[in-house]
Amino acid sequence: MTADSSDAAPRRRRRSAGRTVRRRLIPLSVTLTIVATAGLAGCSQERDPDVYTVLNSSTDESFHRWDAEAMARCSKKLGITIEQQSVPAAQLLTKALRMASSKSLPDVLQLDASQVPSFAAAGGLVPLEEVGVSDSGIPEGIVKFGSYDGTYYGAARSVNTLALFYNKKILDKAGVEVPTTWDELRTTAKDLTRGKQYGVALSAGGAEDGVFQFMPFMWSNGGDETDLDSPEAAEALNFWKSLIKDRSLSKSTVNWTQADVNDQFMAGNAAMMINGPWQLETLDAQKNLDYGIATIPVPEAGDDSVAPLGGAVLTASNTGDSAREKKAGRVINCLTSRSEQTDYALKSSMVPANEQAAAEWRRQVPELSSLANQVAEGRSRTAKIGDRWPTVSLALQSAFQSALTGKTSTRAALEQAQERATSGN
Amino acid sequence: MSTTTASASAARPADPKAAQPHSDELRRRNSRNRRNRRLGQWGFIAPAVAFMLLFFGYPLVRNIVMSFQDYSPSTFFNGEAPFNGLDNWRAVFEDGLFGQALWHTLVFTAGSLLGQFCIGLALAVFFSRKFPLNGVLRSLILLPWLVPMVVSGVVWRRILDQDTGVLNSFLHTIGLGDGSSPWLTSPSMALFSVIMVNIWIGIPFNMVILYGGLQEIPRELYEAASLDGASAWRTFRSITLPMLRPVITVVLVLGFMSTVKILDLILALTDGGPADATQTLGTLTYQQSFVELDFGAGAVVGNILILISAVFAVFYLRANRPEGK
Repeated sequence: MTADSSDAAPRRRRRSAGRTVRRRLIPLSVTLTIVATAGLAGCSQERDPDVYTVLNSSTDESFHRWDAEAMARCSKKLGITIEQQSVPAAQLLTKALRMASSKSLPDVLQLDASQVPSFAAAGGLVPLEEVGVSDSGIPEGIVKFGSYDGTYYGAARSVNTLALFYNKKILDKAGVEVPTTWDELRTTAKDLTRGKQYGVALSAGGAEDGVFQFMPFMWSNGGDETDLDSPEAAEALNFWKSLIKDRSLSKSTVNWTQADVNDQFMAGNAAMMINGPWQLETLDAQKNLDYGIATIPVPEAGDDSVAPLGGAVLTASNTGDSAREKKAGRVINCLTSRSEQTDYALKSSMVPANEQAAAEWRRQVPELSSLANQVAEGRSRTAKIGDRWPTVSLALQSAFQSALTGKTSTRAALEQAQERATSGN
Repeated sequence: MSTTTASASAARPADPKAAQPHSDELRRRNSRNRRNRRLGQWGFIAPAVAFMLLFFGYPLVRNIVMSFQDYSPSTFFNGEAPFNGLDNWRAVFEDGLFGQALWHTLVFTAGSLLGQFCIGLALAVFFSRKFPLNGVLRSLILLPWLVPMVVSGVVWRRILDQDTGVLNSFLHTIGLGDGSSPWLTSPSMALFSVIMVNIWIGIPFNMVILYGGLQEIPRELYEAASLDGASAWRTFRSITLPMLRPVITVVLVLGFMSTVKILDLILALTDGGPADATQTLGTLTYQQSFVELDFGAGAVVGNILILISAVFAVFYLRANRPEGK
């Protein structure tokens, strides 16, 4: 304090002498700093030859840890360092696009399979064959799941799908069997609806969740995403409508995500639900809940139950450096090796992509075998329409919500959806 | 503040007594001084101008240019965004959804502002009286403002659930309604419910600013009015409202700007549904840019939003122009 004040007088004099100069210098330097920072932000980073990055959406604590463990094992095996970067799923694609424009794409990009076509069509991905990743031993449906325009771009470690979850206690008490056909589902759901408890819960929400859940009904009935106003699609939508009309499905379904559906099921507000294996961790946390899993009911006995495949795939991004891309291929090979697949699938309750790994998985978790069956018949949402999927999905959401809320008739809604899906193409 | 200091310093060298009896030398020095000062003034403006150009001007121009380009995911890789004339604009205007979204945005904005402002003003007037617990209650009312928008959205989605929501069971218990109002699940009701939630969120902001404005009104005016025997309503209309006018414009303009571009609340509450019943320009541009990855179309809707805000900003500037000028 004292030393400071003794020095204060001369400093003040100096300051006033340089005042006019400084008066101009300060704002000028501020201006330059702003311009310089903005300029520098545009530069891309130099890549470290021994460090490979994987960008994924494993922001969930346990998924992030499982991925980190798998990457640590592969780092050791390949003698490199694999770094994990995780961003929320909804931001992944735009984040990757921004990285592409600044030439700083990660070596391996884990995309939701439905996003592969958009990214591959833009030239952001390298065909896996070119970097030494083969599709042998993987069922055709899952190869298509990671493909765009006939080229294999994304290797899945595990896949998920939808199934019918049922509350064993409620079904036993009512003395009803697990439904296998639409008619059975309708009568069972009606039987199980009493008081505050609905027979069945599913998501008809206005986002990808709802479309994902509509797919098994449309596909099992022979409907197709290229022809939204077909009678088969209308029948599937009318079936959903009949569940609402019977009051065995809550009208709130149009506002539910799949997580909401799970909450309803866990709270005992629904006796059955359509949902996926990613809910198993939450479901198992509730000790007094005894549930079973079955394949989604089909229109007529003997029909195939076709459910959509979901989940992420590992892709090699187009960084323009072929040596690095090859190494990225080795990273993908390691992360999708049979042992890693089984390990990851058992932890995340999803089904391994590789046939042999899936067989091994089935032996270890026989209670989930109906999921493996559903996966074997599973279908990719983008196999037929590729990067037009987002547009079709939006049109379909709007359509089934219109029909379910009674805003328009089923037919008018689907006709409008088909028009919207095909306009501009 | 700034104008008074600037004119004071400018007045000094122009002082005729100081300038008259001196030679050319002094005049030259004067003009150099003036130039230096001009430079200094520009120097102070420069950071603000550079900042505006970089962070407002550049994105704005880019957004306008983008709306005339075929801007797709591949643009991020090869940098090519061919101009396609009015294609994006035509596509957006031909899409029936745009008209709906525009209408929903206008209804949403008008409804929200009306509700927020009226309730906010009523509360501000109420709290400007003195009564016990005034301060505590006033700070409690701020709560909705402090909760992040997405959290309010998620909570309200549960409250408004048709079967298990608290609101329906409450209304049923007190004998209003049958306990199954489809707040968010009916296309004809969803927009109304979303507006209600947004009013709830916006009340604290309106109240706080208007309350501040009320404190600024001189007490004497009210005393004079009461001496003249003015009724409460008359006092409010002839003193409170006119004296509050500048604050009211600020509240309405800021409210308009934040309401017209609404996105997060709607995404959290309804995701634009059911059946696009709560689709606004904000959600539409989000959907086009980040779901369909059609950045050109997204830019068109974004530009329209900017245009609407700009028109409103002009109204605001005109309304706030000092009287007599």
